[in-house]
Amino acid sequence: MALAPPQSDQISLRAQGRVARRQAFSRLSRYILLLATLAGIGVLAVLAVDTMVRGLPVLDWQFITSYPSRNAVDAGLRSSLLGTVWVMGTTIILAIPVAIGTAVFLEEFAPKGRFTSVVRLNIANLAGVPSIIYGILGLTVFVRGVELQGVTLFPALGTTILAGSLTLALMILPMTVIASVEAIRQVPPSIRDGSLALGATRLQTVRHHTLPGALPGIMTGTILAISRAAGETAALIMIGAFAFIAFDNKSVNEDFTTVAIQIYNWTTRPQEAFRANASAGIIVLMVMVIGLNLVAVLIRERFRRK
Amino acid sequence: MLRTMKKTRWALLFGALVSSVALGAAACGGDDDDDDDGGETPGATTAATATKAGGLDYTKLSGDVKVDGSSTVFPISEAVAEEFTKVAKGVQAKVALSGTGGGFEKFCRKEIDVSDASRPINQKEKDACAAAGIPNADLVELQVAIDALTVVISPQNTWAKCMTTAQLTKAFQAGGATKWSDLDPSWPAENIKFYYPGADSGTFDYFKEALKLRGEASKEPSHRSDGTSSEDDNVLVRGIEGDKNAIGYFGLAYYLGEGKKLKAVEVDGGKGCVAPSFDTALNGTYTPLSRPLFVYTAAAILKEKQAVLGFLDFYLKNTQKLSKEVGYVSLPDALLKTQQDKLAAYLPK
Repeated sequence: MALAPPQSDQISLRAQGRVARRQAFSRLSRYILLLATLAGIGVLAVLAVDTMVRGLPVLDWQFITSYPSRNAVDAGLRSSLLGTVWVMGTTIILAIPVAIGTAVFLEEFAPKGRFTSVVRLNIANLAGVPSIIYGILGLTVFVRGVELQGVTLFPALGTTILAGSLTLALMILPMTVIASVEAIRQVPPSIRDGSLALGATRLQTVRHHTLPGALPGIMTGTILAISRAAGETAALIMIGAFAFIAFDNKSVNEDFTTVAIQIYNWTTRPQEAFRANASAGIIVLMVMVIGLNLVAVLIRERFRRK
Repeated sequence: MLRTMKKTRWALLFGALVSSVALGAAACGGDDDDDDDGGETPGATTAATATKAGGLDYTKLSGDVKVDGSSTVFPISEAVAEEFTKVAKGVQAKVALSGTGGGFEKFCRKEIDVSDASRPINQKEKDACAAAGIPNADLVELQVAIDALTVVISPQNTWAKCMTTAQLTKAFQAGGATKWSDLDPSWPAENIKFYYPGADSGTFDYFKEALKLRGEASKEPSHRSDGTSSEDDNVLVRGIEGDKNAIGYFGLAYYLGEGKKLKAVEVDGGKGCVAPSFDTALNGTYTPLSRPLFVYTAAAILKEKQAVLGFLDFYLKNTQKLSKEVGYVSLPDALLKTQQDKLAAYLPK
């Protein structure tokens, strides 16, 4: 291929023709992609600012420590905040061991075969099931109990914290399992092989090498799932969680309400003052979720540095 | 070795953090008990009257009262529960809002004690209750307030000041009027935009009932479904506000709150144009768009659970004040007396 004769003595380094177009497009793409990023951030910023502007004036200690009320000014998050902490705590206790157990089994113990691939596929599918479906399941199984020909397969729990937590635990299990599986997969095989070669049992290898290595990843996935559960409303409304509760929860066998339900309730009220309360509730929920995320990030960074 | 130990320590720390958050919340819950007591007193809104009611001492009651049902009645029940638990400190009154139908379903399964309803119980629900062991004769129906619907138009709409029931029916029936001129030849020949609450809401049901739009089965036309429907009254307000050809409807309580920026249509139910207001709903002239609100319970529950009896007794004593406070029309004295008589038999002498 003959090069076009240079027009001057100096050879121009500037690309021409098709190449120039490609390069121009490449430079332009940077701005297009930036626009895409900004669109997301912009919407988030608008929402956040709007919520802050409406909610911050309402947000004070009285708001955190008051029970719900018909008067927007007196209404607060006390019972719902406690309810959220109880439900989240119980959900964590119920879901995390099962999720990690499942992930360890699938990655470390289960023979690679049709069975495991079917299980994997199902878990991936379950992660996409809408939360309201888990609510229906929770209502029929956990709240009302299952009885088959006089034999109680599952006791009716009523609309209790335990029933709510079981529902949410089921809801977040698939996400947590997937995250844990991924994290365990990230642990280099050489660590496992080394451990096994030195005579450690499989369980010892998992306990002392695989799990510690995978923990940051597991933690991240877990916290994300928990955050989702913290904001869940549909499933809890479905199982019949209450909106007005004026006592402090003391055990998992009590009826409950959560911050998310309270926010939902307030947004359906006609009075503008309740909207402000809803915004303040959103801020509280956001701080809780961001706080949880922060803890996860701190732990992860701590582990990574090693 | 050192490494793994450090990691374990961090995991422990994480666990400790989670539990300390829980503890902290529990602790700050405990701290403010005294604050709360203080906050009660200045409330001019405190509805509590005497703690004793015909031999029933509210302060000695214990147990719980579970209320569920209509989201229309929820604000009243919430207000009652709020005031009641301040007086009857041993009682836990809980209120949920899963809809009139959802409330009756749970009520008939005996999962709740009191069912809020924005319409009377229907035959299907009565049958379900009877099948579950609550015979029809045992159902106790108490009217607690009156709700009214408001038909609204945009402030720019200058013609539809008053509409007859027939015009409203024609407007909202399936395949009904599409232009204003279809309703009244002197009105503009412009397309009407319709806004109405979601099909699951009690308001929608009530509107259908009141304007005889129940559908084919009852040999009536059905409600139109080609307009904008939303469960959120705000969406309706926003839609109607800026469009002079829009018409819609929602609860009177909502109109008196947020809806005021819209124009309420006067309704002619045969006796001239009547504007919706507390007074016209109460004296019965604002027909057919005002409706009664109920709570339901069962005789067996009233006999067994003193807390529920106390709650409902308190409910009737305070509903006039509280229902007005949350935006409904309160019952006239005579009607309230009828409700209280229904409960009187269960109260200790």
